[in-house]
Amino acid sequence: MENVNSKAVVQPQNSPGGNWRSRLRINVRQYTMIIALLLVWSIFTVLTKGIFISTRNLSNLFLQSATVAVIACTMVLVMVAGHIDLSAGSAVGFTGAVVATLITKAGWPTLLAIPVTLLLGLVIGVFQGYWVAYVGVPAFIVTLAGQLIMRGGILGVSGGNTISPNSELFRQFGQGYLPQLVFKGAGFNDFSALIGILAVILYNVSALRSRRGRIKHGFAVSSPRNQMFKQVIISVVIALVFSIMVFYRGIPYAILIVMAMVLIFSFVSQNMTFGRYVYAIGGNKDAAQLSGINVKKTNFLIFVLQGLAIAIGGIVYTSRLNAATGGAGSGMELDVIAACIIGGTSTMGGEGTVFGAIIGALVMASLDNGMSLMNLGVVYQYVVKGIVLLIAVAVDVSTRRKQ
Amino acid sequence: MVAGTRPVGCAIPSEIWKVKGMDDYILQMNHITKEFPGVKALNDVSFNVKRGEIHALVGENGAGKSTLMKVLAGVYPFGSYTGEMIYNGEELQFAGTRSSEKAGIAIIFQELALVKQMTIRENIYLGNEFQKNGIIDWDTTFVAASKLLDEVHLSRNPLIKVIDLGVGEQQLVEIAKAVSKKASMLILDEPTAALTETETDNLMQILRDLQAKGVSCIYISHKLSEVAQIADRVTILRDGRAVATDDVKNMTEQRMINLMVGHEITQRFPRVDHTPGETVLEIKDWTVYDPDVPTRKVIDGVSFSVRKGEILGIAGLMGAGRTELAMSIFGSYGVGRTGELLLNGKKMVANSPSACIDKGVAYLSEDRKRYGFVAMMDLRGNMTLASMEQLWKNGIIDGNEEIRRTEQYVGDLSIKTPSVEQKVGNLSGGNQQKVVVGKWLMTHPKVLFLDEPTRGIDVGAKIEIYNIMNQLVEQGVCIVMISSELPEILGISDRILVMHMGRLVGDLSWKEGTQEKVMYLATGGK
Repeated sequence: MENVNSKAVVQPQNSPGGNWRSRLRINVRQYTMIIALLLVWSIFTVLTKGIFISTRNLSNLFLQSATVAVIACTMVLVMVAGHIDLSAGSAVGFTGAVVATLITKAGWPTLLAIPVTLLLGLVIGVFQGYWVAYVGVPAFIVTLAGQLIMRGGILGVSGGNTISPNSELFRQFGQGYLPQLVFKGAGFNDFSALIGILAVILYNVSALRSRRGRIKHGFAVSSPRNQMFKQVIISVVIALVFSIMVFYRGIPYAILIVMAMVLIFSFVSQNMTFGRYVYAIGGNKDAAQLSGINVKKTNFLIFVLQGLAIAIGGIVYTSRLNAATGGAGSGMELDVIAACIIGGTSTMGGEGTVFGAIIGALVMASLDNGMSLMNLGVVYQYVVKGIVLLIAVAVDVSTRRKQ
Repeated sequence: MVAGTRPVGCAIPSEIWKVKGMDDYILQMNHITKEFPGVKALNDVSFNVKRGEIHALVGENGAGKSTLMKVLAGVYPFGSYTGEMIYNGEELQFAGTRSSEKAGIAIIFQELALVKQMTIRENIYLGNEFQKNGIIDWDTTFVAASKLLDEVHLSRNPLIKVIDLGVGEQQLVEIAKAVSKKASMLILDEPTAALTETETDNLMQILRDLQAKGVSCIYISHKLSEVAQIADRVTILRDGRAVATDDVKNMTEQRMINLMVGHEITQRFPRVDHTPGETVLEIKDWTVYDPDVPTRKVIDGVSFSVRKGEILGIAGLMGAGRTELAMSIFGSYGVGRTGELLLNGKKMVANSPSACIDKGVAYLSEDRKRYGFVAMMDLRGNMTLASMEQLWKNGIIDGNEEIRRTEQYVGDLSIKTPSVEQKVGNLSGGNQQKVVVGKWLMTHPKVLFLDEPTRGIDVGAKIEIYNIMNQLVEQGVCIVMISSELPEILGISDRILVMHMGRLVGDLSWKEGTQEKVMYLATGGK
């Protein structure tokens, strides 16, 4: 049935009018998040008389957002499929308490404690995924139960005490920076600079390759001038982001982890059948089911991945604070969920991007960071974050209605 | 034939009644015309109901019965249609369903409108509570509800939740609710579709009781034997026109069928001669139970076979079990399935859509919005959704290859879209349908079930779908087409199966198939 009609293959009907409009609409949504982030940054820069925009502060800001960003990568999948995970914060605290206890009290080597903790994350994911996918208990309930159970687990493991893992290696995950490579006395981190340059090169190579692929298949591509313009802009942005860290103390290991997670889960969500199934289930579960998609298995896998990401988040979080406390991670799930929503993930499922969620995480971290710099109390931080979340969803709802 | 010669909406006996005076009518709907974009759903329909009569309204699916009743119930408010309605001598201008209720008109839809988690008592008086300052007087409610349940012969405690009642009992609760509102006119839309014989008899008795109390009733049904049994008069609708109104005693079932079907069939259907080959799919003694009511047989011992290179049409009225038959074969409906499926002579065990797709069986749903496409996903994602496992075995999608394949089908099926990255929710109905058809073609099916493939799309797109079907058959695909449009079934199928109440009641070649014959079998004739 390759040829239902004898008609020749029709070329892409890219009528510029309709396409231009729909493309603009999609892009407006993506750009509003970036514009909102830049707006927040500008405001804080002015209000803090430039302290906010310093490489030192922005590097710290990235580091502060790392845990939320790591978990946001998979929380997007959870939410796109129409679920929610309220246990993320407790699970971060729990995995953190376990890894700290293993290193400090049990005296395990860090390189053994970490894989075991990741395994624990998988087990948490398997457990919650089983109830959601195969028993059919709503994720809201399953993860609310998980939140309580793991909150208890934290106290059980730590005995209510604060545990500081005394491992230099472990501390690197949340506090360490890439070392200087060759130029020991330089005013910048050469290793990080190298990675930054590689990132720019890699981006440009892949952009050109994708363009060549499209041309080979006879698809419409943007004009060489537009393509070059776009590549230059994005290259500059990548270079700027890296230079923030290059000119401070280098790229933190935690940020390398975030970058790896973003790349992996962007690929999973856009280029893998599994990712496509997640969007299909969130968009129309009945149609997905009838298209032969194994809805249960897909839902199960989503939670397994979420569990893994949470364990990574727990390690980074505990390492950065160098302490596992009884209250660790409490309320963090709401920061993660807010990051996803501010980044354009639909609360009804079916829509959302990993990249957007990372921008959302940066917005949330920027609000925290900026208001701390201004010495505003916690009172304001909570109120402002709440208002931002409300406005983000209101904007989302009203633009959706117009379509 | 009879209809063609008679003026629209004006039957002979009405002349006689006019002499008796207007007061005889509780309801007069005069020259009602209701248009939807591109379709005249009602075309100058005049329809009268006498005080205290049971008036049956019959017609094929899509003839305009539901639209007419929605006008009467205020679902389509005054101003959205033309014509006038006079009820009890006063002109009606409804703003919504609430105002029709006030006027004393109660409509009971096929999909019952009860709150399942609430008790019978709460449901009957929902929105109409015995209350003072917002505080409900439950005792009075209980006594009143018990009395109403007696009236409708439902011996149940009013404190039972509606969810624990059978479909027939739920319907009685609805009727009790209508009675509680002192409705002077009751409209029943296919009330017996899900009822057992005893329940049907009970319902008939209740309607006669109500009639004796002066309540008028409009009774919509596909079951002509019932109509003959209960109604005083009958009006027949066809293509949005009232083609006849007459006393039931002057109407034979055959005459009703003739009037329902009408007689203008033009060549809207590109028939191509097919030469059927060997049997591909065989269904033996297929029985399926309702997942909601596991004691109710939805499909009852159905056996048939589909041969290579033929279009097999399945005809039947709403609720005959056609969709359930197809979906149960596709592994996505029903409990307690028994019987055998043979694909190319080999026993096929397929309990899920994915297993069926693997083996080359595909099912296009009648409800494309709910089961067909993902509205916020782009065209390309929708088209490849069912064939991803076949296309990308390692789980990684080749984006360019995906676009290339999608564009090929977009071209072959002439889907009109600005790009393959367009969200399917933004396309027209016909193009959405083609996207779903494309999705199934991409799975390379051997047997393709098409459930109402042309529902809700315009005539041009319909013909394109027929042409695609003919080409597929030439390529050796078997097509099973379920359709409620008789002309379509007769115009396209090579062979026609007729279903009635979960059973297969007819197997005709297209040459022996006529609308009358099919309608006769589909309404339970033997």
